[in-house]
Amino acid sequence: MTTQDTEPEVVVVGVDGSEAGERAARFAGRIAREAGTTLLVVYVVPWSPFAVQTAEENEQRRVTKQRETQEAQEGIVDPLVAALGAEGVKAEGVVRHGHPAETLCDVGEERGATHLLVGRRGQSKVRTLLFGSTPGNLIQIATVPVTVVP
Amino acid sequence: MAAGLAVESGGVDQVINEAFTQVSTAVQRVIFFAVEVAGVDIPLVVVWLAFAAVFCTVYFRGINLRGFRHAIGLVKGDYTRPDEVGEVSHFQALATAVSGTVGLGNIAGVAVAITIGGPGATFWMIIAGLLGMATKFTECTLGVKYRRENADGTVSGGPMFYLSRGLAAQGKAGLGKVLAAAFAVFCIFGSLGGGNAFQSNQAFAQMRDVTGGDDGLLGGSAAGVMFGIVLACFVGVVIIGGIKRIARVTDKLVPFMAVFYVVACLIVLLGNAGAIPEAMRLIFTGAFSPEGITGGVIGVLITGIQRAAFSNEAGLGSAAIAHSAVQTNRPVTEGYVALLEPFIDTVVICTMTALTIVVTGAYTSGGTEGVQLTSDAFETVLPWFPNVLAVAVVLFAFSTQLAWSYYGAKATAYLTNESRVADVVYKSVFLAFVVIGAASSLDVIIGFSDAMIFAMSIPNLIGVYLLIGVVKRELTEYEADLRSGVVSKVNA
Repeated sequence: MTTQDTEPEVVVVGVDGSEAGERAARFAGRIAREAGTTLLVVYVVPWSPFAVQTAEENEQRRVTKQRETQEAQEGIVDPLVAALGAEGVKAEGVVRHGHPAETLCDVGEERGATHLLVGRRGQSKVRTLLFGSTPGNLIQIATVPVTVVP
Repeated sequence: MAAGLAVESGGVDQVINEAFTQVSTAVQRVIFFAVEVAGVDIPLVVVWLAFAAVFCTVYFRGINLRGFRHAIGLVKGDYTRPDEVGEVSHFQALATAVSGTVGLGNIAGVAVAITIGGPGATFWMIIAGLLGMATKFTECTLGVKYRRENADGTVSGGPMFYLSRGLAAQGKAGLGKVLAAAFAVFCIFGSLGGGNAFQSNQAFAQMRDVTGGDDGLLGGSAAGVMFGIVLACFVGVVIIGGIKRIARVTDKLVPFMAVFYVVACLIVLLGNAGAIPEAMRLIFTGAFSPEGITGGVIGVLITGIQRAAFSNEAGLGSAAIAHSAVQTNRPVTEGYVALLEPFIDTVVICTMTALTIVVTGAYTSGGTEGVQLTSDAFETVLPWFPNVLAVAVVLFAFSTQLAWSYYGAKATAYLTNESRVADVVYKSVFLAFVVIGAASSLDVIIGFSDAMIFAMSIPNLIGVYLLIGVVKRELTEYEADLRSGVVSKVNA
């Protein structure tokens, strides 16, 4: 008997405020409800500690971070959690800063998630070639199954 | 009549130049008060900076080299706790400070040093850079330790705050206030000189050079003023208009430019690989037994230290303003990170410029000065490089001006209790100096810039000496925590 059997299972869905993210959240909600697991709705504010900033941005960074967190929480995560809750899904919201795919994996590992889900924005090939995509990155680094919802 | 004609033919540039020369000479006489030792004039302020660098190096038992590896680890984010993600990282604080220090001092300042002090000045610049790492370590630790968290959630730091708050904590509130105010005043003037006028002066010089010199597009008598006005518009749009996008683009370009610049230096060095041993010999012999340099060894030494300080700002306190925004609960960690700054600026970038000039022998031909000398050195191997250098120089100048306008604005805010009016007045004067810099001649500008910048070191270093015990305690505790594992790598 492993520890995972005793703790309630968790499913993680990454959202970004887009329609695709919302579709993924709905899909994940169905899975979570059927399996009786908790659904973590995770929003990652893209952030790199190696991005060069101006002195003024640095000075205001703490305030900016708080604002970004609050906006994501109140504008995107909380409404989704509430809507899913109304449909009988046991959902929780999380907002983090960092590299989107890596941070989704980190949250998943911290909470012992068994499944990661994300939406797909259908961005252009050039953009994907240049910057990669969160689903693309996620399937390379995830340690649990990943579902990409179109 | 004849004099009137001369002014007329010289145009606006000349009028500004003459008025400015008088002010500049007076200021320099005070700041660079020199004593004569064995026939050589030694400016006391240079001794003051050099002594502080040696003192900090000895006092912290060679933290310059000892702390190097840990500094890299901190910058890489090895010690960043998860809750600190999304706040200002050590890398970001360092990058912001470096984009303020890496500027024309690294390109033109080095050329000035070699013109005055010969190849041997390079050696003393490197030594000054290595020792300056300890000064920077000390002042940036203090910058974080005594920073102020404002009611609106922003942070303010730098010498104004460690002088006033740090000394108040030691029961010397009065002295602290006086030193902080003196620093703020010098910082405002320094930001107008070295952080501003010198930058636009050299940016204009290089732009005129690549557009055909005196007969080219920027050869006219009022071209300096015109160039200055254009540059001032860009600076003004950012610092008064609040168009951050431009600043952001520049700040992102500067690190690439710096890397590109170093690569170009390496190409020139490779192209002259055969001359490197001779250049090394010239640098070493020039450092200890220079020929034909005013003041001999001491003259070279003083030149080297002076240019190094002008470039890496160690001991001046300016960088502590930028470094203090970092997210950390251990002030000394930013001290470690800050010691990389003189290393990158002086030991790497300035040395590259110096080697390029010495290896190509550009300094022996005479006639050119400042940034043009560096440009000539590049031209011998990469004929198209002066054009690229012109772009790089303008960008470096612009980013350094933005950084210094920030320092000056913070000093103004400190002095005037965050007055909005004073802020606008300061920024308007700053913009005027962008224009003055482009219109004035190099000697006058360098003299004035140096005087103002070096004046900052007087109150700053008094504070550093008085507060150095605080830094020692922070360091000792931190080192103990590193050994015991209280502080350890995250995810290691």
